[in-house]
Amino acid sequence: MSLNLTQIAVTPKAGRPLFAPLTLVISPGQVATVMGPSGIGKSTLLDAIGGHLAQGFSVSGQAVLNGQDLLTLPAEARRVGVLFQDALLFPHLSVGDNLAFGLAQSVTGRARKEAVDQALEQAGLAGFAARDPATLSGGQRARAALMRALLAKPLALLLDEPFSRLDADLRAEIRRFVFDHVRAQNIPALMVTHDASDADAAGGPVVTL
Amino acid sequence: MKPQGRALRAAVLILLMGGFVLPILAGFGQTAGAAFGYLPVLGADSLSLEPWRALFALPGMATSLRLTLVTGIGSTLLALVLAAGFCAFAHGRMTASGMARLLTPFLAAPHAALAIGLAFLLAPSGWIARLVSPWATGWDRPPDLATVNDQWGMALILGLLIKEVPFLLLVMGSALGQLPLRQHLAAGRALGYARGVTWVKVILPQVYPLIRLPIFVTLAFALSVVDMAIILGPSNPPTLSVATTRWFSAPDIALILPASAAALLQIGLVLGAVGLWICAERILRRVGLWWLRRGGRGHPTEPGLWLASTATATLMAMGLAALCALLLWSFAWRWSYPDALPQSWSTKFWLSPGKGWGEALKTTLLLGLASTALSLTLAIAWLEGEDQAGTPRAGWATALIYLPLLTPQLGFLYGLNVVFLQIGISGGMGAVIWAQMLFVFPYVMIALSDPWRALDPRQIRAAASLGASPARRLFAVKLPMLLRPLLTAAAIGFAVSVAQYLPTLFMGAGRIATLTTEAVTLSSGSDRRITGTYATLQAALPFLAYGVAFLIPAILYRNRRGLLGTPT
Amino acid sequence: MRPLVIAALSLGLASPALADWQATLDAARGQTVYWNAWGGDARTNAFIEWVGEQTEARYGVKVEQVKLTDTADAVTRVIAEKAAGQTSGGSVDMIWINGPNFRSMKEQGLLHGPFATDLPNAKYLDLSPGSSASVDFTTPVEGYESAWRLARFVFTYDSARTPEPPLTMAAFVDWAAANPGRLTHPAVSNFMGSTFLKQALIELTPDPSVLQGPATDENFDAATAPVWAWYDALRPNLWRQGETFPENQSVQQQMLNDGEVDFGVSFDPASAAGAIAEGLLPETARVFVPEGGSIGNISFVAIPFNAANREGAEVVANFLLEPATQAHQQNIEVLGSFSVLDPAKLNAEEAAIFAALPSSPALPALEDLGPTLLEPDASWMTRLTEAWAERYTK
Repeated sequence: MSLNLTQIAVTPKAGRPLFAPLTLVISPGQVATVMGPSGIGKSTLLDAIGGHLAQGFSVSGQAVLNGQDLLTLPAEARRVGVLFQDALLFPHLSVGDNLAFGLAQSVTGRARKEAVDQALEQAGLAGFAARDPATLSGGQRARAALMRALLAKPLALLLDEPFSRLDADLRAEIRRFVFDHVRAQNIPALMVTHDASDADAAGGPVVTL
Repeated sequence: MKPQGRALRAAVLILLMGGFVLPILAGFGQTAGAAFGYLPVLGADSLSLEPWRALFALPGMATSLRLTLVTGIGSTLLALVLAAGFCAFAHGRMTASGMARLLTPFLAAPHAALAIGLAFLLAPSGWIARLVSPWATGWDRPPDLATVNDQWGMALILGLLIKEVPFLLLVMGSALGQLPLRQHLAAGRALGYARGVTWVKVILPQVYPLIRLPIFVTLAFALSVVDMAIILGPSNPPTLSVATTRWFSAPDIALILPASAAALLQIGLVLGAVGLWICAERILRRVGLWWLRRGGRGHPTEPGLWLASTATATLMAMGLAALCALLLWSFAWRWSYPDALPQSWSTKFWLSPGKGWGEALKTTLLLGLASTALSLTLAIAWLEGEDQAGTPRAGWATALIYLPLLTPQLGFLYGLNVVFLQIGISGGMGAVIWAQMLFVFPYVMIALSDPWRALDPRQIRAAASLGASPARRLFAVKLPMLLRPLLTAAAIGFAVSVAQYLPTLFMGAGRIATLTTEAVTLSSGSDRRITGTYATLQAALPFLAYGVAFLIPAILYRNRRGLLGTPT
Repeated sequence: MRPLVIAALSLGLASPALADWQATLDAARGQTVYWNAWGGDARTNAFIEWVGEQTEARYGVKVEQVKLTDTADAVTRVIAEKAAGQTSGGSVDMIWINGPNFRSMKEQGLLHGPFATDLPNAKYLDLSPGSSASVDFTTPVEGYESAWRLARFVFTYDSARTPEPPLTMAAFVDWAAANPGRLTHPAVSNFMGSTFLKQALIELTPDPSVLQGPATDENFDAATAPVWAWYDALRPNLWRQGETFPENQSVQQQMLNDGEVDFGVSFDPASAAGAIAEGLLPETARVFVPEGGSIGNISFVAIPFNAANREGAEVVANFLLEPATQAHQQNIEVLGSFSVLDPAKLNAEEAAIFAALPSSPALPALEDLGPTLLEPDASWMTRLTEAWAERYTK
């Protein structure tokens, strides 16, 4: 199912909308890109869709996913995964527990462990389940973060400059890894970036705010 | 904005209003009534200024006032200067965790224990005199020198400094953590300003606003301290707070009226001193700006920093020696002048817990654990409420947290006791836990707020996007990640609880004997060995709490490098 | 006529009460008595604990000592309870009390009673009018408090350091001039400090009999003039030039032990012997009393009007008057404070317990203590301390 954004605008309390209302349809397996100068509100747009908008901002318009307007739901009920420029693995949990954090509670016992092990293997991290996330390399962390997001079975994915902290070689590799998974899962993804090469690689529609 | 956040915040607010603000106001009201002649039980039922007239007619009143102001403002000012100097000196020479370890014993040791030890250290027949007599001084008998309980309150100022300088160093340390310190220092020095001058001109003006409230707390505390002033201060006349405590408990019960007036005066004194301080801030700001704009690169300030650091180090050494003296005394049998160490030893006092300290230790632990656990729960509820509502803290909320710390305890405790009696809970553990929480909660809240806010909000968003409900975000993500600051806040709360003297005494109706109430009572007796046992235990408990707060995360998270940073 | 009325009254009160004693014992069983007592003396605390063990075993009454820094704390608490309208179930069951605190509570109606004359063991006391157990600082006891221990004002000193202590209060002036900075007394706001002044007052005042009546504007100046002359001469040579004073006698005893001063004061003739046994004074510590005797009084226990465990408190007060208890208390190894009982009222068996008590070189015999001087009327103490504060507190 696709993610339909209609006339989305974010307005600070006592102020003008940050950008012109945005309308965009992202099909399953497609990665759409939002670009624009710093401070225009690209990340705020993702916050609005993900349900993480800070106090003092209001959002108007509609973001329909799976027949429901996301904007009326609390963040945890939207089933929208987020990847940030830092992997943000929980430092108190092992790599395996981080991945398991997003698994539905209905997955229990052996199935849980198997799901995590399988995801780790896909990320080239087989045998890393017990590791401290702080001991992972940047690329390993980025892959683990994606697997954590995907194990929660999201219906859409938001990418908040997820590759900007990675050096050039790694960047292309991780980008490919993420986009391949988005396609394999067949879910819509919305990416915010500064880097035109990211947009090129994504291959989806590009919007400039 | 979000209903669940609002409900949580409303619940916390109602609890705080009903449990903290109202009792303080009610207690204050009772005291104020008595200060203006309204205390029906004594047959005083018409408003008048007579208690005030009586108060100012009491002998030594003027000296008491002067003494209070000199020791209160003087110690705070000195503590600030020394702490700032030491901070500038130690920065870059000492790691943040090293600093925290250095400060812990001083933060943990209760005022009363430190004062008891210090009194022995400084007395003409005290440890320092014993170490150098008679071979160096020729004193075969202790000299008649006013080294403690002196008329000028010097010993009291010294005692206050030993507690206040580490406290200010701690708050400065955490304030500095919020600034891009290294860059600013580099920028200042690149512009030709010496290290010390850069500190004064660039860093301190940024740090000061962040530590202003703790400074006011220090000031209010120094102006109204009772236990330390009894032990180290002069007695004829004593500081206003000690005099007030004495009048409250004088045989002539009519003195309760002027005592209440004195309690109000105490509040006025704190307000006046804070006002004076704010005026001085304004003036200093102008003078400082003028001085800054002149652009002088200044003289090398290293000697000044050395002096401040040496003074601070000496204070700390004296504090440690005072605590060691307590420990030595608790194992002594006879230890008379001028022997540097006890002549005979005994473990009698340690081996008979049934005769006193066992019970007091149990009560202290129970009170400390209960008031800390409740305060911590309340603080978490408050902070989580802020998170869920998504609003920053309002100024009045901060004022609310600081209210009990800025109000002299004497100003409302007597009245509060009357209120507690009216609702029938005075003299029980519940009343004492409640009264202690008035002081434990603010410290827990202050200790926890910064680390809580420093948590990366994106981490919480990541958890939400993985489908975690607010409760799961709190219990599975925030609290485990904040384990170290949570335990540190708990240790601070526990230390505050252990050190409470007046609230325990007043609300416990004297029936609840803790290590602190017993140690202060015994310090007016003749047996330093028993006092030493109690005071050692009193100092050891908070220290243990800090140790546990340090060890638990270190063990639990030994494989979690991301959480083993510098202690907060 | 009047003694007859008093006798009739006391009889009328006593007999039904004695008959009720069994009822009191029954009601007391299971109670815990919160005894508010100054807690600065470890031996007293240990004695109180022993009392609790005994009464629990015998009468099922537990004793919990509430250790006070100052007796007035307990008085304040009772006032606060009255202020809050708490007329029963109060937190203070029994107070170690005497002098101004007693007078203050009695006048304010804060005491339960009369009960003391009704205690079975009151028969061992000399309660004749004017006796030391029936008058507390010239305030008539009238059954509102029960005697407990005898107090006599004494000086303690180290005989090795001060072989010849002064023999009168007046002689302290010359002694201090020869030994500046070696003499002090507890702060006058403290009970022992004011006793030091009262001891001088009795010795120096032109007509000591005036002191048994109330102090007035007319008689006060004349009676106290010699005291101020004496004190003005003494003060410059006191420890710290008389500008500050130890908080109480325990602190002063510690100073004596440390060698900071050469004299301690105490209301307990056995204090030196006790302190030696506890390791708190050197073996050579002794006590002495000025020629002509010293002030003596009795420590009492009283029960507040709203005490929650009144019957238990009465049982404890009665137990304190048992000859065996008083002998235990007089034992130098226990507390060493002299019995309040009238020796004439003891039978041979009871008297023998006292005769068998151990002695110590630091323990004076009763005859070494000279005559007991009666406490001046409480108004003298109040005025004396006020006048002292006005003169010497700057």
